[in-house]
Amino acid sequence: MTRPRARRSLVTAAFLSLGLALTACGSRVDDAGGGAAAESCVDTAGSSVKIGFLNSRSGTMAISENTVFNSLQMAADQINASGGVLGKQLTVVAEDGASEPTVFAEKATKLIQSDCVAAVFGGWTSSSRKAMLPVFESNDALLFYPVQYEGLESSKNIFYTGATTNQQIVPALDYLKEKGVTSLFLVGSDYVFPQTANKIIKAYAAANGIEIKGEEYAPLGHTDFSTIVAKVRDAGAGAVFNTLNGDSNVAFFKEYKNLGLTPASMPVLSVSIAEEEVGGIGVDNIVGQPVAWNYYQTIDSPENKKFVEEFKTTYGPTKVTSDPMEAAYTSLFLWKGMVEKAKSFAVPDIQAAAGGVSFDAPEGTVTVNGDNHHIAKTALIGKIGPDGLIYTDWSSGAPIEPDPYLKTYPWAGSLSG
Amino acid sequence: MSVLRSRYVVGIGFLVAAVLLFAVAPALLSTFRLGLLGKYLCYAMVAVGIGLAWGRGGMLTLGQGVFFGIGAYLMAMHLKLADAGPGAVPDFMALISSEGVPWWWEPFRSGIVTVLAILLLPTLLAVILGQATFRRKVRGAYFAILSQALAAAFAILLIGNPVATGGSTGLNNFKGFFGFSLRDPANRQMLYFIAAGALLVMLVVARQLMVSRFGELLVACRDGEERVRFLGYDPATVKTVAFAVAGTMAGVGGALFVPIVGIISPNDVGVVPSIGLLIGVAIGGRTTLAGPVLGAIAVAWAETSLSEQFPSGWTYAQGLLFMLVVAFLPGGLASLVTWRRRSGTVEPPTASTPEPEPAPAGGVQA
Amino acid sequence: MDILVTQVFNGLSGGSILLLAALGLALTFGQMGVINMAHGEFMMAGAYTAYVCQQLLGSAGVSLLVSLPVAFLVGGLLGVVLEATLLRRMYHRPLDTLLVTWGVSLILQQLARDLFGTAGVDVAAPAWLSGPVEILGFAFPRSRLFILVLAVVAVIAVTLVLKLTPLGRRIRATVQNRRLAESAGISTRRTDMLTFFIGSGLAGIAGVALTLMGSISSNLGTSYIVDAFLVVIIGGIGQIKGAVIAAFVLGVAQSWIEYSTSASIAKVIVFALVVAFLQFRPQGIFQVRTRSLV
Repeated sequence: MTRPRARRSLVTAAFLSLGLALTACGSRVDDAGGGAAAESCVDTAGSSVKIGFLNSRSGTMAISENTVFNSLQMAADQINASGGVLGKQLTVVAEDGASEPTVFAEKATKLIQSDCVAAVFGGWTSSSRKAMLPVFESNDALLFYPVQYEGLESSKNIFYTGATTNQQIVPALDYLKEKGVTSLFLVGSDYVFPQTANKIIKAYAAANGIEIKGEEYAPLGHTDFSTIVAKVRDAGAGAVFNTLNGDSNVAFFKEYKNLGLTPASMPVLSVSIAEEEVGGIGVDNIVGQPVAWNYYQTIDSPENKKFVEEFKTTYGPTKVTSDPMEAAYTSLFLWKGMVEKAKSFAVPDIQAAAGGVSFDAPEGTVTVNGDNHHIAKTALIGKIGPDGLIYTDWSSGAPIEPDPYLKTYPWAGSLSG
Repeated sequence: MSVLRSRYVVGIGFLVAAVLLFAVAPALLSTFRLGLLGKYLCYAMVAVGIGLAWGRGGMLTLGQGVFFGIGAYLMAMHLKLADAGPGAVPDFMALISSEGVPWWWEPFRSGIVTVLAILLLPTLLAVILGQATFRRKVRGAYFAILSQALAAAFAILLIGNPVATGGSTGLNNFKGFFGFSLRDPANRQMLYFIAAGALLVMLVVARQLMVSRFGELLVACRDGEERVRFLGYDPATVKTVAFAVAGTMAGVGGALFVPIVGIISPNDVGVVPSIGLLIGVAIGGRTTLAGPVLGAIAVAWAETSLSEQFPSGWTYAQGLLFMLVVAFLPGGLASLVTWRRRSGTVEPPTASTPEPEPAPAGGVQA
Repeated sequence: MDILVTQVFNGLSGGSILLLAALGLALTFGQMGVINMAHGEFMMAGAYTAYVCQQLLGSAGVSLLVSLPVAFLVGGLLGVVLEATLLRRMYHRPLDTLLVTWGVSLILQQLARDLFGTAGVDVAAPAWLSGPVEILGFAFPRSRLFILVLAVVAVIAVTLVLKLTPLGRRIRATVQNRRLAESAGISTRRTDMLTFFIGSGLAGIAGVALTLMGSISSNLGTSYIVDAFLVVIIGGIGQIKGAVIAAFVLGVAQSWIEYSTSASIAKVIVFALVVAFLQFRPQGIFQVRTRSLV
């Protein structure tokens, strides 16, 4: 019979694995240092140095992240053409994050441990950043993250070149308040950025006498907004604060227009709609609505003119440039500035040299904050024009110092705790 | 069946697998690649279960991600609580809520409760679902689509409760595994060995079930459920048991996935990954013992290495594999290498046909 | 009262979208037992057809009307190709068609990304379909009314084809008893192919309708396919009237639960209700009485 034999092999297998597992035991959590952190394997001896680009090239986020990848590539080409960094040419290792946090974590590990890159550039969703954060911290490597996000985070291994909340959401609220808005309706996708953003908005509203008339979340990829828009219409708020993400924006704005709501009757201020998303939503459906960013293609400056021209020459005349693309482009030059200031590719040297490094970016001059690794940026509220581009309507005037935990805002006292 | 009956082949195969997993792989692979292999082994565990439920039992389950996810999230909850320390609130929770740990998280501060829950909860859910559907003779396409809707609902539920589940980010940033530091390469190797051992144990269990009377009954249920009923057996019970075993295996696979990969998110458990788990099983040979395991490992490996070079190429490759293998080689690659020695008893590949679709007789009526 | 009217309308409207998506499935799944996971991608193809038509023709109104029949053809042809190359050899193992068509759907999605780019595209709604229309003091979006009408027309058309035309008789005969139909001289192969053509063509039309509601991108199909299958299952296989009732019940349930809870919770609750419902009627709303042992 097969039974006893199989039982024997079962027992053998169990003991085998248990025995091997026990002999292989390493350090415990409470051991000092928690085990040896992997030694950096970055090779800076030759005439080139490797950097990693990690963007979603497939999956739902590819829509946005491909453009970031393009502008990173353009920045690397420009740096290489002008002599590289510390005389070394950049060799790009590109990986696909596939729009999945797990893949981002896995590919980040690969870039650091297997490809030995000096720094990684990329990520888009907060999920992807949060998935990568422990990877970069445990390997003591560097990530440059180019997208506006919900704040309340600061890691010595991440440089945030997009806006934090006090450079985007808070100025947007100031703008609405200035325009006389006294009540808001919050609409967002059901994930971490909108939820955290709305928490901040509610704290701001409570302190500034703005009434929150409602708060609705739609699952990512939700396509039927009839009920949510009906709730928005019936609530009759002064404005809608929109933190929806991706395709949902299209369905939301089409429904919004179908119910006869307009920017004049109830403006929708969005924080995730940039130039390239406008085409998919349809200019007709969104013209005149306000958005909040730190960069628009229409900014009138020599740096931006050069940036837009080069981008169109490289990727085609119909392509548009947007805030995250510009922040990604800037991030590579900021890294270059840090390396050249530190005269080293080593992570601790870069971290020490980072503070005060600045770059004349297309959005204007930006400066790295050495304490929280964010950058000082100017907030701009824009309106979507009939040509699908965004035109600045309001500006904070000067760069705003990053304050990811909103410590300098008394009304936000309860948030960072 | 010839492969299963030839005891020596199985014995030798088992030995070779053990040597490869425990000696060759750790010697050849870097810590990073060994971690990847460990991840593939977790998928392979799910595949063993799918082979049993789908290949042998004819239950096309598109919702194995749910059981995988339950095991994974239970483990992740425990690791997060253990990292936070006794009575403390895990970091991600403190960020978005000030209400503290939900009551249903509390039991999982205990390692023993967590391990028991990982073994029992997926099994229990599978039994309940199995009883609910198979008793009512919901099967074939109905069962497949219901299991798929279950996976969809599960992912939405996870994303919609960020305070308790980390939302779309899921749970990550684990420092230790039952007291052992996850940063130490020696401990990561230990995790790999645990996964390899668990997979081997599952293979033995699966083989035992396949060659037993139960295994014969399961195949009989697949090929002629009514006839089994007429013979005095209860097909619903037989199928529920197989489905439950598959659920347990998926749960354990998920639980080991968490410390090995370091993250679990709704993207790993929804509709798409649940179907993705099937492709390896189909390629390897769904009715065989080793086919699903080898297929799952091969597909996961191909995905990693192909997507490194051609991001969009992998999607085409995956689509083509589904199309061509299932349409033209339903027995999987195993059907090419199966010994034809005893061709009289060799299963024809098409024997995986469930009984004729509950005739949609009566037809399209307006 | 306001809420009642609005939500009932939103429910009916959501139901009509589901119905358009599920109608073709009810035909192909009902007649042939083929589980076509690529049905959603046929809808996507229809939506992109509307986009291409608008790029070629310019005028939003004309292109919408033109794209309806063109999308029907595009969807239908895709369906026929799929049927003739792959599915035909698999009628004896219906479960496997699910996996094969899943593979097809992956390929079609990637193809759409490579052809039209990953960014979504927009089809402008014609002026006569944008904005709301006032009826009895309530504002109804014109585009939703249009889809509602389109769904009703599609159901009536399919019903008439099945009831009155020779093709309809052949389809019904094949569904009721394939062998007997064959021996009566009906070419079941041709019938199968035509059924698949009509079913997939309906997906194309559904895709055109969806351009009025949401985004047109490669993942358009995936958002609807699970719900569409639930409609078919609840309605009962091979039942057009079942699909109609199921679609509207699901639509109204979703919008009502969503109004009092949230969109995420509503989806989960609706699923739980479906499972509970199948406990009582495992064969759907309309059970077909047969002598087979099911």
